[in-house]
Amino acid sequence: MSLANIIRRRLLLLILVVFGVTLVTFAISHMIPGDPARMMAGERASDEIVEKMRENLGLNKPVAVQYAIYVGQIARGDFGTSIRTQRPVISDIKKFFPATIELALAAMLFAIIVGVPLGVISAVSKDRLIDHLSRSISVVGISTPAFWLGLLMILVFYGQLGILPGSGRIDGVIGPPTTITGFYTIDAALTGNWPAFKSAVQHLILPGLTLGFLHLGVVTRQIRSAMLEVMSEDYVRTARASGLSRRQIIYGHALRNALIPSITMIGLAFGDLLYGAVLTETVFAWPGMGAYVVQSISSLDFPAIMAFTVVASTAYVLINLFVDLIYMVLDPQIREVG
Amino acid sequence: MAPDANPHQATVADGTPDPETEAAGGGLVDWAYVLHQLRSSPLTIVGLSLITLVLFTMAAAPWIAPYDPNRIDLTSRLAPPSLKHWMGTDQIGRDLFSRIIWGSRVSVSIGFAIVGISMLIGTVTGAFSGLVGGRTDSIIMRFMDVLLSFPSFVMAMALAAALGPDLINAMLAIAVVRIPFYVRLARGQALSLRERPYVKAAVTFGATRMQIVRRHVVPNAMAPIIVQSTLDIGSAILTAAALSFIGLGAQPPTAEWGAMVSAGRDYLLDQWWYATFPGLAILLTAVGFNLLGDGLRDILDPKLRAR
Repeated sequence: MSLANIIRRRLLLLILVVFGVTLVTFAISHMIPGDPARMMAGERASDEIVEKMRENLGLNKPVAVQYAIYVGQIARGDFGTSIRTQRPVISDIKKFFPATIELALAAMLFAIIVGVPLGVISAVSKDRLIDHLSRSISVVGISTPAFWLGLLMILVFYGQLGILPGSGRIDGVIGPPTTITGFYTIDAALTGNWPAFKSAVQHLILPGLTLGFLHLGVVTRQIRSAMLEVMSEDYVRTARASGLSRRQIIYGHALRNALIPSITMIGLAFGDLLYGAVLTETVFAWPGMGAYVVQSISSLDFPAIMAFTVVASTAYVLINLFVDLIYMVLDPQIREVG
Repeated sequence: MAPDANPHQATVADGTPDPETEAAGGGLVDWAYVLHQLRSSPLTIVGLSLITLVLFTMAAAPWIAPYDPNRIDLTSRLAPPSLKHWMGTDQIGRDLFSRIIWGSRVSVSIGFAIVGISMLIGTVTGAFSGLVGGRTDSIIMRFMDVLLSFPSFVMAMALAAALGPDLINAMLAIAVVRIPFYVRLARGQALSLRERPYVKAAVTFGATRMQIVRRHVVPNAMAPIIVQSTLDIGSAILTAAALSFIGLGAQPPTAEWGAMVSAGRDYLLDQWWYATFPGLAILLTAVGFNLLGDGLRDILDPKLRAR
């Protein structure tokens, strides 16, 4: 199968998934106990007004028609109005999205910088003390409740030591830098606003470490097992036999080949960061999509919850598609065979 | 990611069951071998000990908890850990150590329930899909592909929010989004088992599909499913605690670990013990199940054993 065919098939799956997600969110919105028309009109509204509201919202139409209208609105980027903030949901999401991506990227960066070397060391010294230690770290990583780790970080680094801020994205006195990308660190650096840059980085450290630590385990495990597999290959033995140094073999041959299958896992993990982000943002009052959805949940703001679900799911599927494409480009075997 | 077993490559060394020893559906455990494996894997022993401790705590909660978990004592509010209250008390003077002990019954049972539900529905669906094959199989699997592409926590959160904040609803929401993993796993096993002589013989003798699923496929596909479910219990407990933390799971005054961390958050900087100890209980339990799952995989999967 050619690359173009694979891409075509994956795009079809993408459409199916987005369609499925909207179907689920639509079904969920209809499962909610209570009458949305009455909720919008207010508790004391007369039956006449509620009826009018029902008509305005299209709730008197057949379910299939309602669904078609819903999908049409989503396609135009119209997710309705948030009950809590009274703003269009889409503008809320646009505002909070960059903060989540910035946090997820920082976390991923930490997980890769620490996790890849740890996985390599673990694999080359298999069953020795350092291997047990690194495997323990990765098991603890995947077993730690994100919200709890975040609280401990705040307790130690903010409460006890007082060296790092424990909430928000930037110091209130300094204020956010001029918006270019929406990433405070990058925007501050681009505009040469160094006090803002310093503050943005400081605010990013604790949430980034918290979210990153959870993924450290995934990265370390993946690299370790990919390295072990590669190290038993014939070409590694040949390289060893031809007198290459251990270092040359590990970094020149083994790691390069172990990284290819790892890209998929690490990419998928990036999609999963969305999950950790919801909890991490809540703990650190990080103004991203995760904190936004949790606040929406506590006020039963369904337009916002459902919009988040659709946007987050679509982003997740797109990331996975992107990762698979990179994988195919990097691995000629997959490219040829499909 | 559940590997799709290719029936032509399926051998005993792949971790698929050996028909000779397993056709009867049991008696495969070589205890001497298991003991040997355990001895050479200290981390598995740590996992096993942690899980034993957790199960003991759950069973013996009424006898080992020093106080009634819901007993309010306003004279000792937010007391730090002491000989009287090992892990301190909360804002209305309830003993945290007792609440954590009783909380194990809620927080750990929910993990078992989630995995039980998703494993049961998923395994039967997957085994059926793999055995039937053809159009039905492709429709089921395409549907599962779509479900697997959903970000599971986000979906569980949306479902739990719609069902209403309640522990049972949270459990159902998490269980539903986990079903596809078991469908894929069991289907791969069923595909490879379908080609086995004893299954073909059963077909020849006129066994119905449900009989084959129940008597042959499910018991023989159990090994990888047990490994997967052990690893899953840890993450199910974490997810349930996370939903409770954001207010979608256990409601007060239920002693549940995630909800306790959430309550302790308000007192974090001055009463460190309140949020710390319940979280530690979640961590140790999840570590236990993950270590045990890894260990079981090494014992049950001879292919990985070599590494």
